[in-house]
Amino acid sequence: MIRIERRLVQPRWLGVAVPVGSIVFAFAAMTLVLLATHHPPLHTFGRLLSAGFGSRDSLDATFISATPLLFTGLCAAVAFRMGLFNIGGEGQLYAGAILGAGVALMASGASTIVQIPLMIVAGAAGGAAFALIPGILRAFLKTNEIIVSLMLNYVGALVLNYLIFDSLSYWRDTSTPDAKVFPQGKLLPDAATWPVTHIAGFALPFGLLLAVVIAGAVWVLYTRTRFGFEVQVIGDSPRAASYAGMRTRRKMLAVMALSGGIAGVGGASQDGDFRHLLDARGLSQAGYGYAGIVIAALARYNPFAVVLVAVLLGGLQNAGYTLQSVDFPSGLVGVMQGLILFSALGGELLIRYRLRLPRRGARETTAGAAA
Amino acid sequence: MNNAILVVVLASAVTYGTPLLFAALGELITERAGVLNLGVEGMMLVGAVMGFWAVQRIPGSGPLVLIAGVGVAALAGGLMALIHAFLVVTLRANQIVSGLALTIFAGAGGLSSYLGNDLNLANAPAVHQFNAFLPQGWRDAPVVGPILFDQTALVYVSWVCVALVGLYLGRTRLGLNVRAVGESPAAADAMGINVTAYRYAHTIVGGAFAGIGGATFSLAITPQWVDGLTQGAGWIAIALVIFAFWRPGLCLVGAYFFGAFSGLPFTLQARGVTVTPELFQALPYVMTIVVLVLVSAAGARRRLGAPAALGTPYVREER
Repeated sequence: MIRIERRLVQPRWLGVAVPVGSIVFAFAAMTLVLLATHHPPLHTFGRLLSAGFGSRDSLDATFISATPLLFTGLCAAVAFRMGLFNIGGEGQLYAGAILGAGVALMASGASTIVQIPLMIVAGAAGGAAFALIPGILRAFLKTNEIIVSLMLNYVGALVLNYLIFDSLSYWRDTSTPDAKVFPQGKLLPDAATWPVTHIAGFALPFGLLLAVVIAGAVWVLYTRTRFGFEVQVIGDSPRAASYAGMRTRRKMLAVMALSGGIAGVGGASQDGDFRHLLDARGLSQAGYGYAGIVIAALARYNPFAVVLVAVLLGGLQNAGYTLQSVDFPSGLVGVMQGLILFSALGGELLIRYRLRLPRRGARETTAGAAA
Repeated sequence: MNNAILVVVLASAVTYGTPLLFAALGELITERAGVLNLGVEGMMLVGAVMGFWAVQRIPGSGPLVLIAGVGVAALAGGLMALIHAFLVVTLRANQIVSGLALTIFAGAGGLSSYLGNDLNLANAPAVHQFNAFLPQGWRDAPVVGPILFDQTALVYVSWVCVALVGLYLGRTRLGLNVRAVGESPAAADAMGINVTAYRYAHTIVGGAFAGIGGATFSLAITPQWVDGLTQGAGWIAIALVIFAFWRPGLCLVGAYFFGAFSGLPFTLQARGVTVTPELFQALPYVMTIVVLVLVSAAGARRRLGAPAALGTPYVREER
């Protein structure tokens, strides 16, 4: 039998070797899936890579796909690091998109310099408020935040649907007879369009830059401040934290609000950067929130790694959209993401534990366990 | 009389509640052994697509093929659950992340879409499907006819399953062991129960039930394959387990209750009553949150039956 023992020291090289090994393993598993279904693996991978990362245009499209994932990835990473399983990034993003689009429509006369901060603040407020529902229930009633935030995703999606498809809400375009038959959101004013920055020939959406800045801020908060230190202690050992006199409840609320707020800004970025209206169907079909959890887990809750992984998975998604056609198997991207996540989860074990194969005949020594 | 709105609503509650019931029973078994599997939606979809595939491709007489289809669906769901079991039991991975990964892997946009596409299943009517089979006289009986007798075999199978799961967990030695594993794996281990084996077995069986729940959609309710066919039923099933306080009998009541809400907007609209469908659709989720809040009030959690070790890996050396 193989024995699994906890590592006392985690060698640094493992932090790189295991993620790389996980991705290699995922590709190997994917190869098997493709072979089993009679698709040429190398050709398929080649097409995926070139459609996702092969040219300047495809990288621009990848950045667009990566932007929302960055927000939801950070949303999950911030909360998970404290052991708060906020899986409501999806719903919190909707809430941010609703409020973000709402203020943009209301402030229709304002200039871009006013619009952008307004939308960011409104989006953050919407996401934070939506995240505080499970946050408050967890902090004061010890209600399981996983299920509550999960259920709220569906409530959020239904609110979104209601606003555009089943009511004459403020967000819905009712100006033409056509718009009454084919419901869609009101177009946001031009001033609410977020700018695109051109760096080294790449077109970077404003939301992407904003998310990278937020990632930096989260890193500073978690590694350089007392607040961040306490949050991590609570995450690692709630009991130790309470013996040390840390105020768990307050931090819980703060972290949930921060987590939801980040997802909410992601929603506002969807309005301002890309969709320019409250796109109920598009948002609820994209599944950004769930993908964000995957990204946070793959990045092992490190904000900078979240940026990297989000671009990687964004590229995969973008490639999936671009290639979707008769000869390219649909659903492949989801399978691929799942496999990468499974192998990363499995790889996590190798970081925390070591596998020992007892040699036949050899007596078990305690030296290995003590090392 | 059989057109009375209450009868129609109750009949559709049973129809739409059945896939929820299968999936929730499965999740209940899994959770009773201390494993939380959030991949129900994914397992249901893979069950739905594979069950449909089997029925389209296996030659033979209708009833036998349908039984085979349900078997294939159960197998497919169980296989998906095996991935989760391996990750969380053997590799001690985070159960929440692993379950969500399973849904991403298997669900809409993942393996189920891939298989549906690759096996060319879309846009084809089912070769065989589950129909109501009891004598016409019974089905026309006032009130009880449409609700209880105008149903497919899967409905009656689900009742048997509820009874069997209830007996198994409550009245057998094995069931007692399962509960011990879910409540206190360390104590169970000390009693000589193989915690790993129990968790594997019940996670896989739970997945098989989810697979059958998915097949209920593709073989009975909407007998065809459409991408993302289950439309979030898997998440409602997870909610349902909490709603039912982890008890099989209450699962049945809850499933029909939630099933009524998914059918109600259509029924009302067919009668010219304008309703906001989102309001009804949101009710199961909101009610689950309310129940969860009540359950989590101090001390009530244990009494109401949440397995104490739910969601935590068991590592013998670290107990």
